[in-house]
Amino acid sequence: MNLPIYLDYASTTPVDPVVAEKMMEFLTPAGQFGNPASRSHVFGWQAEAAVEDARQDVANLIGADPREIVWTSGATEANNLAIKGCAHFNQRKGKHIITSRIEHKAVLDTCRQLEREGFEVTYLDPDTSGLIQPAMVADAIREDTTVVSIMHVNNELGTLNDIAAIGKICREKKVFFHVDAAQSAGKTGINVEEMYVDMMSFSAHKIYGPKGIGALFVRRKPRVRIEAQMHGGGHERGMRSGTLPTHQIVGMGEAFKVGFKNLAAESARIEALRTRLWVGVSDMEEVHLNGSEDQHVPGIVNISFAFVEGESLIMALRDLAVSSGSACTSASLEPSYVLRALGLNDEMAHSSIRFSIGRFTSEKDIDTAIEKVRHAVSKLRELSPLWDMFKAGIDLNTVQWAAH
Amino acid sequence: MAYSEKVIDHYENPRNVGQLDETSKNVGTGMVGAPACGDVMRLQIRVNDEGIIEDAKFKTYGCGSAIASSSLLTEWVKGKHLDEAEQIKNTQIAEELALPPVKIHCSVLAEDAIKTAVRDVRAKQGR
Ligand SMILES: Cc1ncc(COP(=O)(O)O)c(C=O)c1O
Ligand code: FES
Repeated sequence: MNLPIYLDYASTTPVDPVVAEKMMEFLTPAGQFGNPASRSHVFGWQAEAAVEDARQDVANLIGADPREIVWTSGATEANNLAIKGCAHFNQRKGKHIITSRIEHKAVLDTCRQLEREGFEVTYLDPDTSGLIQPAMVADAIREDTTVVSIMHVNNELGTLNDIAAIGKICREKKVFFHVDAAQSAGKTGINVEEMYVDMMSFSAHKIYGPKGIGALFVRRKPRVRIEAQMHGGGHERGMRSGTLPTHQIVGMGEAFKVGFKNLAAESARIEALRTRLWVGVSDMEEVHLNGSEDQHVPGIVNISFAFVEGESLIMALRDLAVSSGSACTSASLEPSYVLRALGLNDEMAHSSIRFSIGRFTSEKDIDTAIEKVRHAVSKLRELSPLWDMFKAGIDLNTVQWAAH
Repeated sequence: MAYSEKVIDHYENPRNVGQLDETSKNVGTGMVGAPACGDVMRLQIRVNDEGIIEDAKFKTYGCGSAIASSSLLTEWVKGKHLDEAEQIKNTQIAEELALPPVKIHCSVLAEDAIKTAVRDVRAKQGR
């Protein structure tokens, strides 16, 4: 067994070897290295054809027209382009934006920037299972609202929002609807028509493609217009200038194609692994699932282990590559804002671990993970005065702590 | 975060984990920190009639450095007189464990814990 075991697929995925192979054909002198914008020779034409094939592959996964796909450097850029681009273009109509408190920083910081420019932003709170309820969106929409941005799948919790219901509300109220789908593409079905989505962000490296490439879906009918954030040669119908990175794009296209083909089988396999992991650890005392039992993607499970401290847990689990809800290591001692937004107290947020499972995770990996987690948690509880107190029936909230 | 070998050793094989009878007149308890801050340390000492620390136990909820600091401290105080134990400084702990600057507060917590435990047993015995 190769240690550490990689259980951080929500952070990034390895490139599928099939994808890497294909990318290699677009780099060297023997390959199709041309600039897709070169109109005067075959090198350019070949590269352009490859880019358009990839555009079709991305469009296929989400039920879109390829002309609605704009290449970007990743989901961060796609989120910036969608939210700033749409808010700016429509600012004469209004300057109110709606998003949620548990969006990725690429959305939250974009909204903060718009606030500095004079826009007003409403941040919706998730319910205790981490879901954004469509009714909350409906209640927040005002006369001057132009953009609603809600993520499809939350990266820390794996919760799956009801995008179709939110989309329907936005369409009825004539508000543009953007969705960050970095964590959902290839993990759950997406159809931009049925979901009434106007703009949607994607990233290749979350779905076995390369880092540094993503895309934004921008609806043509009814037409959504956005202001470019990157100016230059007018590539991507003026929405995003810059020479297209053929090999990256081809990699993303191939990754989306493979993801689409395997979606059903892969989801079922990964869901079974997720269940195996949860069943394997949840019979221990005081183990809590963060997020939603029924509305989630297969690959992500977030668990709090009460009465053990997060950083020591990560240390004990150094044979597992996982993410922690605690930022203790960054010296900030700030627990995850996502877990805080669910109403978890600091201790529970600090003691949470996100396991994310993917294409190359085996049953054996999960069994090893279960064993390591059980061992670490019991060991640290043996060491924990809080566990003693809990076992003695003391309510920790009533204790007077000698804070230092 | 890279931990020093000594921290890892104490973390992997913590010394003197456990609990002494808090109600005993010979036992001093120092419980410091708070769950919300991410660390709670309980350090206990048992002293003989001469004021020598015969036994020490700890339990710690906290990061690896906090666990190592308290484990090390229990080793150090055993066999020492209360007067000596009181003098232990967090800087000595931090130095021994090669703690990086962001982990200094873990050693401060350990110093607080032993001071509190000594004070507790002194108060109980009126010395
Ligand atoms: C929900 C979500 N949005 C956006 C991003 C950023 O994507 P990228 O790394 O492609 O910029 C990520 C990944 O980090 C994510 O999980
Ligand atoms: S307990 Fe968090 S840094 Fe020591």
